Amino acid sequence: MTGDPRPLEQPTLTDNYLTYTRGFLSWALTLDHKRIGLMYLCSVLLAFLLGGIFALLVRTQLLVPEGLIMDQDDYNQAFTLHGGIMVFLVIIPSTPAALGNFVLPIMLGAKDVAFPRLNLMSYYLWVIGAIFMVYSIFGGGLDTGWTFYTPYSIDQNSAMGGVIPAVTGAFILGFSSIFTGMNFIVTIHRLRPKGMTWFRMPLFLWSIYATAVIQVLATPVLGITLALLAVERAFGIGIFDPTLGGDPVLYQHFFWFYSHPAVYIMILPAMGIVSELIAVHSHRHIFGYSFIAWSSVAIAMFSFIVWGHHMFTSGQSPLVNVVFSFITFSVAIPSAVKVFNWLATMYKGAISWNTPMLYGMGFIFLFVIGGLTGLYLGTLSTDIHLHDTYFVVAHFHYVMMGSALIGFIGGLHHWWPKMIGKMYNENAGRVAFVLFFIGYNMTFFTQFMLGSHGMPRRYATYPADAGFQMYHIISTIGSYMMAIAFFMMAAYFISSIFGGRRAAANPWGGRSLEWQCTSPPPHDNFSEQPEVGDCYDFSVLRWDEATQGYVWREDVDRPGEKSHA
Amino acid sequence: MSSSNHEHGAVGHIVPIKMLVGTCLALLFLTGVTVWVAKLDFVELRMDEMNILVAMGVAVVKCTIVAMIFMHLRWDRSFVGFVFVGSFIFVGIFIGFTLLDSSEYQPTIIPGDTPQVQLKLDALNASMAADSASSGEHDGAASQ
Ligand SMILES: [Cu+2]
Repeated sequence: MTGDPRPLEQPTLTDNYLTYTRGFLSWALTLDHKRIGLMYLCSVLLAFLLGGIFALLVRTQLLVPEGLIMDQDDYNQAFTLHGGIMVFLVIIPSTPAALGNFVLPIMLGAKDVAFPRLNLMSYYLWVIGAIFMVYSIFGGGLDTGWTFYTPYSIDQNSAMGGVIPAVTGAFILGFSSIFTGMNFIVTIHRLRPKGMTWFRMPLFLWSIYATAVIQVLATPVLGITLALLAVERAFGIGIFDPTLGGDPVLYQHFFWFYSHPAVYIMILPAMGIVSELIAVHSHRHIFGYSFIAWSSVAIAMFSFIVWGHHMFTSGQSPLVNVVFSFITFSVAIPSAVKVFNWLATMYKGAISWNTPMLYGMGFIFLFVIGGLTGLYLGTLSTDIHLHDTYFVVAHFHYVMMGSALIGFIGGLHHWWPKMIGKMYNENAGRVAFVLFFIGYNMTFFTQFMLGSHGMPRRYATYPADAGFQMYHIISTIGSYMMAIAFFMMAAYFISSIFGGRRAAANPWGGRSLEWQCTSPPPHDNFSEQPEVGDCYDFSVLRWDEATQGYVWREDVDRPGEKSHA
Repeated sequence: MSSSNHEHGAVGHIVPIKMLVGTCLALLFLTGVTVWVAKLDFVELRMDEMNILVAMGVAVVKCTIVAMIFMHLRWDRSFVGFVFVGSFIFVGIFIGFTLLDSSEYQPTIIPGDTPQVQLKLDALNASMAADSASSGEHDGAASQ
């Protein structure tokens, strides 16, 4: 090579994936993983707004014991749609489909995912599924809770009429999820660049891989379950309906065989993001790389054999209760392995207090609370007391929102400069984080108290003299604070598009390949597939004041490069 | 197809036609076995569960042949086979745990608490009683 080959791709203002072609169809029919990722991102955030509005309605209702704004039926719909939208439309696709689509091929130095058309189809399946989901509101309403439990959901006389549209929507969304998973598995197997062995992959890829395995193995069971449910409701064939000789507990087995692994579809990608955030923003080599990588795989495997812990009070047999309780506890091992390794990475690191890092540390804090409170629910004796109370609500919000979603938001802040090519206002980001973090804990920590004092979930009203109201008021105020924080994020993200400072190729000091192409990346990502070395060795980078980003040190060779003298 | 000589790797493995025909014949033979077994009355031989065991055993063998030869798993990378077998293990875990549980809680279910089933059974019994009361000509038409 002649001259200084240091910037792998020359930054250009005009040639990047955003401006490569123009017009509506160039987006609607694009096969570019980056554009599909961005379309997923916008759609998921829109669904998040919708789900968030339902959450605020639920919280507002509970400000006073007799309920502030809704009757019981409307309340049932509000929490059902909040749950259904947040799970199927937001959290499951958020990190893999939105961020993963954008980042995964670039991390591999590839031009695209293995099956770009399947990728686009996955997006449109998401859109169709979302339309069905939203249609269920108008097509009779949906009040079953997001779990569609039988026998209520198959009883045409009591459950509202939107069950079949909603179930159809979830079925289609399942296919969208399977296609994404398939695509990522093949991409990681086939398109890894020279030098990137399995144990040199960025940890985000390991977690996305583990997630994809779950998506491909578990989601078909959801499809079967929901198809059976729809057939049962429409024709009454007696699979789940006890009055026809069916077995409603069987439905719960079917449902949770998917939906427990689905929790890991949500949390594993977030864990992958956090591994990146903690290492990059601490500027220190990740501690215990192979332990973190293997723990992702272990979590994926364990996730398939613990589903019965959702059914301890359902009539599930004592023998199976004990088995599932025991296995559930063992999930704590790989989870703790990750947490300890993140902490060890931060220890004596040069921590940059950037917004993404704040979310990374927030994740660790909230995930530990969410994980440890799970032990009370995995214990058979305490679960009898806590089942279907706000304790459960608080626990899974700490895991799904406080961990999975916070990881996604952290990743969004981390890769936003790469996706858009602009820096957001860092101070606004920090303020929004603090507001979010305080609001979050106000909302959900109080719910642990509510639950252990006996407040059941899914109730539109509560007794005035039970001492619940104070907690509910704090919780609702917290949810409003979170709403403000999210609107702040929207404001500074959008304003960064128009007025933000141009982002350097590598604003945070990351070593994985996405930080070696320009921000935003060119259409083809890389002109030729680059070679990679240790993606957590940050000693080869130095801060460059002129570009406000990190660059390669002049005295260090790039991987695969002969000494350039 | 003309380019297949140049890009040998892209075409993949080609199974010899003899093998495909042989596999096909084996599958047909096994189908015959299934049909033949279905006609045997094992209850009379005091081996009630033999029917289903043989049928499922034959199905497993056929399934394996299809996967190995028609789906090319025999010549593919062992990882693909691992995935294939692995997914069966997961199905096994799912069905196994679920059946274990339902057989465990079966004794706790209150018997006869299926009103719709009872209604349908009653209706069925009534119509059968009515049928047997009517002429044998009617009976013959129904059994065809
Ligand atoms: Cu679970």
